[in-house]
Parts: sequence; C-alpha cells; structure tokens
Amino acid sequence: MSVAIEMDGGVPNLKARLRRAERLTKLKYIGLIIPLALFLLVTFLWPIGSLLYRAVANPEVIEALPRTTQALRGWDGETLPGDDVFDAFAGDLDGNRRSPVLAGAAKRLNMEEPGFRSVLINTARKLDRQPGQSAKDAILAVEPRWGDVSAWRLVARNGQLVTPFYILSALDLRITDDGAIVRAPDDQAIYVEILLRTLWMSVVVTALCMLLGYPLAYLLAQVSTGTGNLLMILVLLPFWTSVLVRVAAWIVLLQKEGPINKAMLALGLITEPLQLVFNRFGVYIAMVHILLPFVVLPLYAVMKSIKPAYVRAAISLGAPPFSAFWKIYFPLSLPGVGAGGLLVFILCMGYYITPALLGSPREQMASYFVAFYTNETINWGMAAALSAVLLSATMILYVIYARHFGPARANQITPR
Amino acid sequence: MQTPKTLVILALALSTTAFVAARANAEELTVISFGGAVQKAQEKAYYEPFSKETGIKIVAGEYNGEQAKIKAMVDTKNVTWDVVELESAELYRGCEEGLYEQLDFAKIGDTKNFVPKAVSECGIGTFVWSTVLAYDADKLTTRPASWQDFWDVRKFPGKRGLRKGAKFTLEIALLADGVKPADVYTVLGTKEGVERAFAKLDQIKPNLQWWEAGAQPPQMLAAGDLVMSSAYNGRIATAQKEGKNLKIVWSGSIYDADHWAIPTGTPKQALAYKFIAFASSPGPQKVYSSEIAYGPTNLKAVEALDPKRVADLPTAPKNLEGAVASNTQFWVEHGEELEQRFNAWAAK
Repeated sequence: MSVAIEMDGGVPNLKARLRRAERLTKLKYIGLIIPLALFLLVTFLWPIGSLLYRAVANPEVIEALPRTTQALRGWDGETLPGDDVFDAFAGDLDGNRRSPVLAGAAKRLNMEEPGFRSVLINTARKLDRQPGQSAKDAILAVEPRWGDVSAWRLVARNGQLVTPFYILSALDLRITDDGAIVRAPDDQAIYVEILLRTLWMSVVVTALCMLLGYPLAYLLAQVSTGTGNLLMILVLLPFWTSVLVRVAAWIVLLQKEGPINKAMLALGLITEPLQLVFNRFGVYIAMVHILLPFVVLPLYAVMKSIKPAYVRAAISLGAPPFSAFWKIYFPLSLPGVGAGGLLVFILCMGYYITPALLGSPREQMASYFVAFYTNETINWGMAAALSAVLLSATMILYVIYARHFGPARANQITPR
Repeated sequence: MQTPKTLVILALALSTTAFVAARANAEELTVISFGGAVQKAQEKAYYEPFSKETGIKIVAGEYNGEQAKIKAMVDTKNVTWDVVELESAELYRGCEEGLYEQLDFAKIGDTKNFVPKAVSECGIGTFVWSTVLAYDADKLTTRPASWQDFWDVRKFPGKRGLRKGAKFTLEIALLADGVKPADVYTVLGTKEGVERAFAKLDQIKPNLQWWEAGAQPPQMLAAGDLVMSSAYNGRIATAQKEGKNLKIVWSGSIYDADHWAIPTGTPKQALAYKFIAFASSPGPQKVYSSEIAYGPTNLKAVEALDPKRVADLPTAPKNLEGAVASNTQFWVEHGEELEQRFNAWAAK
C-alpha cells in the first residue's frame, strides 16, 4: 500500500493520511467500546451460553458409571448385555457405593423412569459378591430389574454427554425405549400450552398497554411543558415503587372484601362480591399497570419529535382532522409504537412475580416453571430447557418484528 | 481535598476493624427454619436459651424448604447456613446427594431416647407435625368430620384450601375416595391409583384455592375466604390461642417429622452439633411443644409434657387414630413425576 502512495504523489498521499487518521479514530472507538463488550460477554453472553449448554448437558451417568457406559458402547441393544458389561457395572458400583455422584446418576435416571432411583441405589448398597459368583448373578440376585433389556437401554441412552431429553420434555415430547420421539400423554403434556398461554397473555397485555398508553402519550406530547412535566411525574411515580408493593396493593384493592367490591356493592351495581383477583382479570390489571410506563415513554419520545407543522400542513391542505392524524401523525409515531410494544411484549414473556402472586395455577406463565425447577426440584436441566424454549420463541418473534416493523422499515414511512 | 481523603481512610480503617472484630467474635451460628409460628417457638425454646447458656449468638433465618440454595452453597463450597430444618423427603434426597453431613449421634444423644422415625443418616427429627382438616367453627353450623365432607360441595358451599403440590393433596384425595389410611401409598403406587386421585380432585377443582405458606390457611379461614382447608396443625393451634375459633379434624390427618441437618462443609460443624444436641434434649423440646402444638421427638420430653397439652399434639394416641404416616420413600421416588403431573393438571 505504501508503495502505491509513493508512486502516485500528492493527492493519494492525502487520501492515505486521511485513511490512517480515520483508522485511528476507529481504533479509539473500539477502545472505548471494549469495556462494554467485555461486560456484555461476561454478564450476558457467557451465562446465556452456559444456560443453553445446561439444557442438553448429561454428565451424571457417565460420571457415576464410566466403565459401564464405555462397555455399553459396543452393545447391540437387543439382548441382555454380556458379562463384560456386568463386570464393569459391578466395578463402577464398588467404587462409589454411597457417593453423591451415584445419587446424581440415580436422580437423572429417575427422571426418565420413575422408581429407577431406588433400583440403582439399592443395587449399589446391597451388592455383595460371593467368591466364585459372577458379577451378573450377584447383580441379578440383588435387583432382578437388571435382567430386563429396557433397564440397560436406559443406561446406554444416557451414556452420551448430551441429551435431547430436557428440550424434548419442554416441548411435551418423549423419547421411547426404542428411540422414537412421541407426544407426551395428554395428562402430562403441559409446556406447549404454557408457552401458548405466555404468548397470548403477552399479546393481550401489550394490546391493552397500547390502547391506554397511546392516547396518554399523545396528550403528554400536546400539552404545555409545565402540565406535561406534571403528568409525566404521575406516569413515572409508580416506577419508583417496588413491583411487590404494587402487586400487594392490587390484592388489597381487588380482594373479595376489598374497597372496589365494597363500593360496587354499596352502589348496588352488584349483589355478590366479584372474584377480581387470583384469576386472569387481576393478573391483566396489575401487569398493565406495571408495564404502562414502558410503552408511554418511547411513544412520548417519538411523538415529541414529530413537528406539529406536518399535521398543520395537512389540515391547511384540506384534510379533515382525523385523516390528518391517521395519514400523517400516526405513521410518524409508528417507531414509538414498535419500540414500546416490543419492550412490553418481551418483558411480559418473562413475567413471573405478578402472575405468581395474583393468579391461580391457570395464569402461570413459562417463568413460573423455570423457577419451580430451579428452586424446588433442583432440576436445572429442565429449567434451562424451558428458558431456552422461551428464549427461542422470543427471538423468533423479534426477527418477525424486525422484518416487518423494524427500524429499517419504520424509517421508510415518511410523510408524502 | 484533605478532609474527604481522611474520612475515607478513617471509614476504611473502621470497617476493617469492625470486620476483624466480627471475625474474632466468630461465635455465631446460622440456623434456618420454616419461619412464622414455628420460628417464634424455636426462638423461645432453642435459640434464646442456647445463646444464654453458651454465649453463641444464633442468626435465625427462614425459608420454604427449597433445596436450590443449599445445593448452590455446597457445590461452590461457600456454606453460610450451619443448621437447617428439613422435611423428610428433602432430608433423604439431600443426604444421598451429599448435601448434608452424615451425623455422629454420639455428639447428639442416645438414639434410644428418640421416636424411631426421628433418627436417620443425616438428620435428627425435631418435631412431628400433621396436615389436618381445619375449619372456622364460628362460620359453620354443621361440622365437617372427614375428607368426604371436604368434597361435599352441596352441604358445605364455598372455596376449599389445599397445599399447592402433589404431596399430601393426592393422599387426601384418596382418603376422600374411601381408601383406608393404611392402603394410601399402595394405591398411589399404581397408575390406576394416581388416575383415581386426580379424578377425585377433578370433582372439586373449581372450588379449590391453593395455599403455599403455612400461615395462609388460618388467615384465609378467619377471613371467610375459605370454608375449610388443609393446614398444619400447629398453625391452627396458634390461631386458637389468639382467640380464633378454628377447629381441627384429626381423622385422616397426615403426619411427618421435620429434622435438623448440617449442610456439608460448614466451617462451624462443631457448633452446629452443639446446637442440635441442645435442641434435641428433653427440656427445650418440652418448651417447644408447649409453644406450638407439634409433637416432640425426644420421648423424655413427651413424658414431661402436661397431659392436656399432649392431647393437642399429632402424636397423641387419640389423634393418631385414622391418621396416615407420610411415606418418605414413596415421595423421594415419585415426587418429581407426580409434581409434574400435578402442575399439568392444575394449570389446565
């Protein structure tokens, strides 16, 4: 490159210098961004990556039964495994009869076949090989279940470091003994419905927020600065209160003996107290209340930047007020609608505390089950798989949004 | 500029001294229990007298039995909970998975002095509690006598409360369906038995309200939100003491023990043993059972209790008639499967 510059003399030299200067600025920019990038990597990408890995990780059985899983690699899966497998199994068990590692494997296998925990633990605890007795006979004497091919298939299936088990379960699918993927029985299928419910409730809350937030933001953008600031404080006020406090306040307001029911009874609007809380209605009210500022703020920011001259011009050119609003103002406010809607929708998808406190089991969304598996059954694979499914659903919706209403699209909508 | 710098240094120095002082004065023990009325009684019976006797300060915490935090502590070898109270199934599972230390009973007391169910590899039972049917006698003129009445929506209209989860709920459903207390777990161990329990629950599903914390049922009963509810017997007895006219139906109650256990790897193991030994001795256990109506596990404490009090405890022979002993082994094996099934059922 430097050769070319020297050959061409003055003007390209200037170009090169310019380029060099630009490169320097670019490096400075990168230097400035690096801390943020590192921060994102450490606090965001890495945890999400390890979460996604947890959804397929399957180390338990290999850790507890290394020799057995190794020996099972060469097994045909049709007939009872040979003596080598039984020997390896007995050796593995001898090594860790009472170790937590074995309990981990027992717990993992119990997930796929309830009751298998005690098969494995009992075998480990009671196995007592007499001199001259083969490992096979000794194991079968303690636990006849090992005489069944399906028990060995279960172990062999979990001799891999990754498993589709959690992801499949999170989609209400099961893997059968012979490796086919089938739908879970109706009475155990739950997560697809929960995912659809999560989506649906998010759509409803977003729509309600938009219906309430759009006129409010419009008003805020139109009034004088003084009034606007005052109204803005009212919008932001709930923001400064803890979510838990607001949820608790709704319980007090909406409960059977609460002020709302009492007022309606006193006014004769109803004869029996209405069930306003611990159902869908209560969850919607509280979620809309909590999320409303998230739609008002971006809308307000966009609306403030729309010059009043556009609408005035439309009206002066003979457009009726509504059509001036609809054809000029509304399209210009769409980026705000998009940003606010997306923000609220994504927040809704991960909502946990409000449905947990204000809803019945029929209002619980996907995050509730993530919390359930994380805290109560300590099945982190399942929690990770459900999170992964929720994350993918959100990403897919985001891509659809970006294609159709994204910033690139919104910028194309300019007043004609 | 000078003043702030000096201040910062001073603050730093002070906090370091405070830190060092806290370190030097390490005679502190973190004990985690189920909170509420249980913790209040524990404070009176165990924490305060123990601190007075030994000078060791008890830092009392509460939780709802979730094992995730303990697992995270043990896995990262950063154990800050020294003694925890546990339900049987969690103790059993946690013991196998290495979350709790295997106990050396020589440091606690003679195992012969305890009810047999109280002694296990990693835990020592601290009290026997029961899930009972409870109602507000001020609000009901006809009195329910069994889980069958709990299902009778016509005779007793209104919402009923059950603990959210499969454990105890399925047993109660089978009892209401006429299964004998002794056969509950045999029936529940079969596929048909599980179907039967859920079918029974379907009958009153619209009338059910789920509770999670033990303090909820007495509140909801007294507020009139529930016509009857399953509840922990001790919480009902405490509410009775506060003047609420709540009543207990003992027939068909399900009893279990809560245990003390030591999370693996706590640096204060010796202190933890000291505390557990103290809390398992007859004197403090007697105080505990006088404070809250849960049965002591130390047989000598039972002897020392006022006979009138004993009649309120789940361990009273009269109260054990028609009662079911919770089957830990069953729940360790089938817990996850049935809880998932329960979630699927409840969410529909």
